[in-house]
Amino acid sequence: MDTALVILIDGLIYSSWLFIVAVGLTLIYGVMKILNLAHGSLYAIGAYTSASLVGWYFSTGYFPWAGFALFIGAAILAGMLTGFIIERGLLRFMYGRDEVVMILVTYGILLILEDVIKLLWGVDAYFAYQPYSMLGRIRLSGISFAGYDLSLILVAGLVGFALWYALNQTRQGKLLRAVIHDSEVSQAMGINVSRVFVVTFVIGSALGALAGGLTAPALSVAPGIGIEVIILAFAVVVIGGLGSVGGAAIGSLLVGICRALAVHTYPQLELFVIYGVMAMVLSIRPQGLFVTATARKI
Amino acid sequence: MMLITDTTSRNLWIAMCVFLLMTFIIPNWLGFLTTVALAKGLVVLGLAMLMRTGLVSFGQGLYYCLGGYVVGIAGTQLGITDVIILLAITIISAIMISLLLGLLLCRYREIFFAMLTMAFSMILYGILVKSEVLGSTDGFNIEPASLMGWHPAIESLGTWVYMFTVVLTFLILQCIHRYFKSPLGFTGKAIRENEIRVEYLGISPKKVILLKYVIAAVLASVGGALTAMVAGHVDPEMAFWTTSGEFVFIALLGGITHVAAPIVGAIIFEIIRTFAFDLAPYSWQMILGAALLLIIFFLPNGLWSLLPAQRNGGQL
Amino acid sequence: MVTFAGPKKRRSTVVAILETKGLSKTFGAVTAAADINVVINEGEIVGVIGSNGAGKTTFINMVTGYLKPSEGTILYRNRNITGLSPRQITRVGICRSFQIAQLFPELTALENMAIAFRLLENRRLGGFAPLLTEESVNRAIQELKEYGIEEYSDAVVATLPQGVRKLLDIAMALAGQPALLLLDEPTSGVAVDEKFALMDTVMKAVNRTGAATLFVEHDMEIIERYATRVIAFYDGSIIADAPTAEAMVNPDVKEYIIGAELHRQPEESLDNA
Repeated sequence: MDTALVILIDGLIYSSWLFIVAVGLTLIYGVMKILNLAHGSLYAIGAYTSASLVGWYFSTGYFPWAGFALFIGAAILAGMLTGFIIERGLLRFMYGRDEVVMILVTYGILLILEDVIKLLWGVDAYFAYQPYSMLGRIRLSGISFAGYDLSLILVAGLVGFALWYALNQTRQGKLLRAVIHDSEVSQAMGINVSRVFVVTFVIGSALGALAGGLTAPALSVAPGIGIEVIILAFAVVVIGGLGSVGGAAIGSLLVGICRALAVHTYPQLELFVIYGVMAMVLSIRPQGLFVTATARKI
Repeated sequence: MMLITDTTSRNLWIAMCVFLLMTFIIPNWLGFLTTVALAKGLVVLGLAMLMRTGLVSFGQGLYYCLGGYVVGIAGTQLGITDVIILLAITIISAIMISLLLGLLLCRYREIFFAMLTMAFSMILYGILVKSEVLGSTDGFNIEPASLMGWHPAIESLGTWVYMFTVVLTFLILQCIHRYFKSPLGFTGKAIRENEIRVEYLGISPKKVILLKYVIAAVLASVGGALTAMVAGHVDPEMAFWTTSGEFVFIALLGGITHVAAPIVGAIIFEIIRTFAFDLAPYSWQMILGAALLLIIFFLPNGLWSLLPAQRNGGQL
Repeated sequence: MVTFAGPKKRRSTVVAILETKGLSKTFGAVTAAADINVVINEGEIVGVIGSNGAGKTTFINMVTGYLKPSEGTILYRNRNITGLSPRQITRVGICRSFQIAQLFPELTALENMAIAFRLLENRRLGGFAPLLTEESVNRAIQELKEYGIEEYSDAVVATLPQGVRKLLDIAMALAGQPALLLLDEPTSGVAVDEKFALMDTVMKAVNRTGAATLFVEHDMEIIERYATRVIAFYDGSIIADAPTAEAMVNPDVKEYIIGAELHRQPEESLDNA
């Protein structure tokens, strides 16, 4: 029973993290039909921003709890800024191109950003452990979990709720959903699709950076974390369905629990499980578990 | 089959002789670089074949890695070091796996094809990284190659592998050049342009795509095997998605219209990478990224389209 | 292995090339075609008329394997071909052209023609022999000459005017020497003053091969000039199936189709697009 609980909680923690990482990616695809490989770099930028700020802040001895607002807020800001620059400076010239070409464009942006990160922050690893240790440990049914990890579940829930509310209950959200459904028709209906694109990309980037910022205290921030994470986010988004926020939630849950299962039973299968599920879903239901197949317009 | 069918074919023979003569002039590091470039060029050639059919594979690394590991395992576990036998085993494994995966893949197009190929490549990565026996993330070293019982001295191994790679690569280029001009080569282009029309001409696009996928897999595995032989080492990174991304980059860099373009692209790429890495270790990726964007923007047909002969539709 | 060398001459005994029995197609609640019973004989030239949505294209798509019928059977020379894929239908001896010409846009007209010939041949596709040999190129040019478009041989298809594209599309369909040819609006998008020239060329080619031909048309003048028999569709069913003169004076046809046709605006030529 203990193992089951550990698997469940571990799975939930990992799922929460995956959800926050993946939801920005799926949102951007849903609205703009772009599979943004550079999302990994946004994650990394968020992580580095947070890590360096945490490192500086906690050495100043200021009120510790304010540090949380600082490093999370900074990560979000960094993401928004970078996302804005990418969209306005580059992406908007490429709209309308083939989806696969867009993947290559975002791949180019990823390569550029990876080096930008190295130039800004160097290649040494950053450790931002303070917030992590500040939240201590919590005992659940006799097993000790890090408070920080558990709070991720809360944050993921908040993010999910906020997105659901924004997309379904607000006017802006409904406009966004219209564009997700069909950007051409939306434009014909008078929706300023350009503006929707900018806003979406900035929000998506902010979410990616937020994920990175939140993760920074939990592990060492070093070059390459973006490249590792993007492929995981990719798998989640594909499983849940490209463009579906609900799908991202289910996809993260599925991948998170499966991975936790693997880690605690057959650790060699950990990575295999994730990509295996991705391949399986792609083979059986390529549009993902939560997206209805659209007829191909010839 | 005539040896020289047209200008390109003749030029390929000339180029092969030039490369072979260079063996005696160039320094070791350049020979090493060229061997790796030619091997990678073969992978990209297979990818180009798929791209001409309208499909971008983000998972050629799967077979590249497979080729390397087959060579490594055959050497360390079975004691096989003969290049001919190694290549044969590599090709057979690649055919078996690509037939299996290809049967599934040939039903998908566009972004789904790309993602599924990426997923399969990452599956192999995941398996290898967790495999203690195969050295996990470190990989392992492989036994020096031999040819029909003759084991060259370690100092000259690089030279012999270089010459072998040159001959093999150019022979393959000759074949693929003819292939591009054959009905199957044209059918690939036709599928890219209008798959429905091809069906109405009585051909199954899926079968043609499967065939090309298998050929591309074989080429990738041969490239991986050769890389392993010259580098003396294999690791799971060969199956990581960024390796496959590199191959796509080279394909775009060189272009896919001419059979030699992937090779040229690979050589340019390796040269840039080697020098850029020395000169600007924290910016060479940025340079690559910027180059990729510039090519997509301005040179969608790759660097090859800059050559004057191409503009007039002439042969090179 | 089936080959599909069509008959060169019309035989005296009438042989049914195509027969559909109770052919229907529904998409959920929408009935696109209901209980279509048609018999086409060797060498016939049949016009198919009806307003948009009446079921003409659905009928062609079912016969050519693009759609699976919900009910009914399709027989080709007494062989059941219902549900076969377009590829198999082509191999059996039925070819079609398209409303929007389906060509290979980045290749030249010559290459399009050469590919059509080679793919439709009953030979294995493998081998290193080049597609474009002196022989295959000459043959393709000859064929383009038959349609009067050989001057466009080296032009990339994407640059060709609409009329040439339609002719090329039809030429590629006839390249397989089918016994049954289905033309989906062969003159649509073609300038009004070019329509007859196009149909003349097409009919000349059809007579050469002796294929039975079914063509969908909205232009009644074309129907009257070239079709010996007319099948009229309305709302998913056939309301008339008779020799041309008789069908054109059928009261239902006049009310539902011809009347409607006379109110259609002359088609814009797509040549300037």
